Amino acid sequence: MSEIAGNHIHRDDIGSKLGMWLFIFTELLLFGGLFLVYAVYRELYSEDFHYAAMQLNVVFGTVNTVILLTSSMTVAMSITAIQKGNRTLCMWLILLTIIMAFAFLVNKYFEWGIKFEHHIYPGSSLMFQFKHGVILFFGLYFFMTGLHAFHVIVGMILLTVIFFRVKNGHITAERNVLLENGGLYWHLVDLIWIFLFPLLYLVT
Amino acid sequence: MAENNHQHITSYSTFAKILVTLLALTFISVTAVHLELGAWSVGIALLIASVKGTLVLMYFMHLKFDHPVFRIMVAAVILLFASFIILTFVDYLFR
Repeated sequence: MSEIAGNHIHRDDIGSKLGMWLFIFTELLLFGGLFLVYAVYRELYSEDFHYAAMQLNVVFGTVNTVILLTSSMTVAMSITAIQKGNRTLCMWLILLTIIMAFAFLVNKYFEWGIKFEHHIYPGSSLMFQFKHGVILFFGLYFFMTGLHAFHVIVGMILLTVIFFRVKNGHITAERNVLLENGGLYWHLVDLIWIFLFPLLYLVT
Repeated sequence: MAENNHQHITSYSTFAKILVTLLALTFISVTAVHLELGAWSVGIALLIASVKGTLVLMYFMHLKFDHPVFRIMVAAVILLFASFIILTFVDYLFR
């Protein structure tokens, strides 16, 4: 693909990586804005936020944190594997990452499911009976974890595409910037959760 | 272009050690909830999260071994976001 009839198509891996980082900056500011909203309302409604946060299950949150941190390691290792020419190991590590991403979503499904069972969701009749700060907390909780889960899904799709690119030899030891960029996106998802977890689940 | 012939390869063991560190910090973060820290609890939680975030950025996201311009850009974005937080709170706290 880098050569067509003797003409070399210029490949710019650093430029590629820079493009991914610029996109990551926009994502950081997107979630950063939401964290800012959380920070202000937490300051204004600290008692309500404390009460609402106690309704969250720290076990779910901690397990999900462990899952994402481990999946970050596996995708990082997959890059080492392809750089060393070990295509099979690379594919297994990407697969492992995708499986852990799925486990995260399953966890989230049960976590939200329990909330819904207790009639805790934005717009429920029970929600309107809560104090204002509690309503704000749960609005932020569902929106931020929901938006994050959407990014997990996007990451899974991206990693699946990359998995097949590795499989068919499109991504190699000499040409792996796509895998690196996919990894960067996945680390971003992990990075967001690293801050989401303590601020929603642990600050009680 | 074959400019990057010698790309840095991070060893598997380095990644494993970083994960262990991240898990340890997570464990500390969770258990710190049970200590009655009061007003400090947010600060401690954010501090530990920042250390974890820095490890992910530097090692998993390869910033430590990339061209310095990437570290500078990330630092700039973090400072930009910090300024948003500070300016917003300067407003709210003095209303």
